[in-house]
Amino acid sequence: MAGDSLKQIDSSTLWGGKVSPFTTSYGKLMMWFFLVSDALTFGGLLVSYGFTRHDCQVAWPIGEETFNSLPFLGHGYPLLYVALMTFILIVSSVTMVLAVEAGHRMDRKGVTKWMIATIIGGFFFVGSQAWEWYHFIHGSEFGKVELADGSRAIVKGHFGEIENFKVIEAGHHHKKGDVITEDLMHEFQHAVVAGHVHDGKIHLHDGSVAKVNRKADEHVKLLIKEDGSKHHLGDVIEGSEAAKIYSEVINSGVPNRVIYGANLQANEYGPSQYAQFFFFITGFHGFHVFSGVIINIIILFGVLRGVYHKRGHYEMVEKTGLYWHFVDLVWVFVFTFFYLI
Amino acid sequence: MERDDIIEYSLDAHHSEEHGKKIRKKIWQVTILLTLVTIVEVAMGAFIKQADSWVWTATKWTFIALTLLKAAYIVLVFMHLGDERKSLKYIILVPYFIFIIYLLFICLVEAMAIDSALKLYMGL
Repeated sequence: MAGDSLKQIDSSTLWGGKVSPFTTSYGKLMMWFFLVSDALTFGGLLVSYGFTRHDCQVAWPIGEETFNSLPFLGHGYPLLYVALMTFILIVSSVTMVLAVEAGHRMDRKGVTKWMIATIIGGFFFVGSQAWEWYHFIHGSEFGKVELADGSRAIVKGHFGEIENFKVIEAGHHHKKGDVITEDLMHEFQHAVVAGHVHDGKIHLHDGSVAKVNRKADEHVKLLIKEDGSKHHLGDVIEGSEAAKIYSEVINSGVPNRVIYGANLQANEYGPSQYAQFFFFITGFHGFHVFSGVIINIIILFGVLRGVYHKRGHYEMVEKTGLYWHFVDLVWVFVFTFFYLI
Repeated sequence: MERDDIIEYSLDAHHSEEHGKKIRKKIWQVTILLTLVTIVEVAMGAFIKQADSWVWTATKWTFIALTLLKAAYIVLVFMHLGDERKSLKYIILVPYFIFIIYLLFICLVEAMAIDSALKLYMGL
């Protein structure tokens, strides 16, 4: 018997294995293992989000208050845009599974058609996410305001449009009597944050002072999110009083009483961790979608060149399909825990 | 060297035109189901207000249940895990659930401990 252990066996027989206990190919099994680890990463992110939210002593933003805009249509559509994004991703998941099904019938035309549909759906989703980020970063026209008693409130309603700035004191650049009509909102918000707006007058960068001609705000509602000495979390101030308070805050000339949009330090929606998690989780997911689209395009080229047809099976399409469905799966959870709950 | 002892599992998944029709029907049924569930979720999210009430607590648990339902359909039908061998199913699902339930358990316990510590020592 001693001779047997010394017998030469070529390495492909020794290490090649034979029957897989999973009756599946190596590539597919490894894709599954990768997805398990990636799912644990996302699981860790969402659990830490829940952890932070539970321990946060400041009111956490409410999904339908934060995300209520649609492109071209403005505000007042709670959650509809994310719902649309979810639907786009589900549909592109369906087209992907149809591509895999066509591959199992060796239907090259079918695979091509459904792969192209999947890629288009993926681009739509990435584009939607870009719009969502743009909107999140820029924030509302009102911003979040600090009231006289130290409480903080988010503001809902219809922001009175700025018509122009009429220069009343000349500076380096603008002369007295000039009427400025460009980039008004941007200038105005910067000046409010810096405390350069006072009694309806704006101090511009060049040292000039201009009168702000602005329509009246309508249907203003202040929703208190942080306690002060007078107002408390959950209080709602409405009607003409709300409009008056808001106007006082932005015309106070005191810097940093208003926060617009979001960055990693502060945001108008809630505690700073909220925006940090938003950027990290949706960003990491968006990165997955983007790389998924790129992988799908590469596989589409393989399909068009007939690589998989010659090979006799379309398993590459199936493997990328697994990744693509996983991206959809993650979004289902992000949607629930970030937007709904 | 040409191998004759390797089993090409990639070909097992091939199916006929008739069988494909059945699969496609199932795919469209699941699509409709997922869309309906999403519509229900959005409607609930838009119309039920967050508050300290049993209604909102029930809504939250409904969201989680519906999400798990959607996830199950995606994994079992779209990713075909339901059609795979038992051994593959378990090697994927069992480790994942062990880790994620453990993580959830730890974070819930720790979050509650930190929360009560903050309340006790900082008077928050």
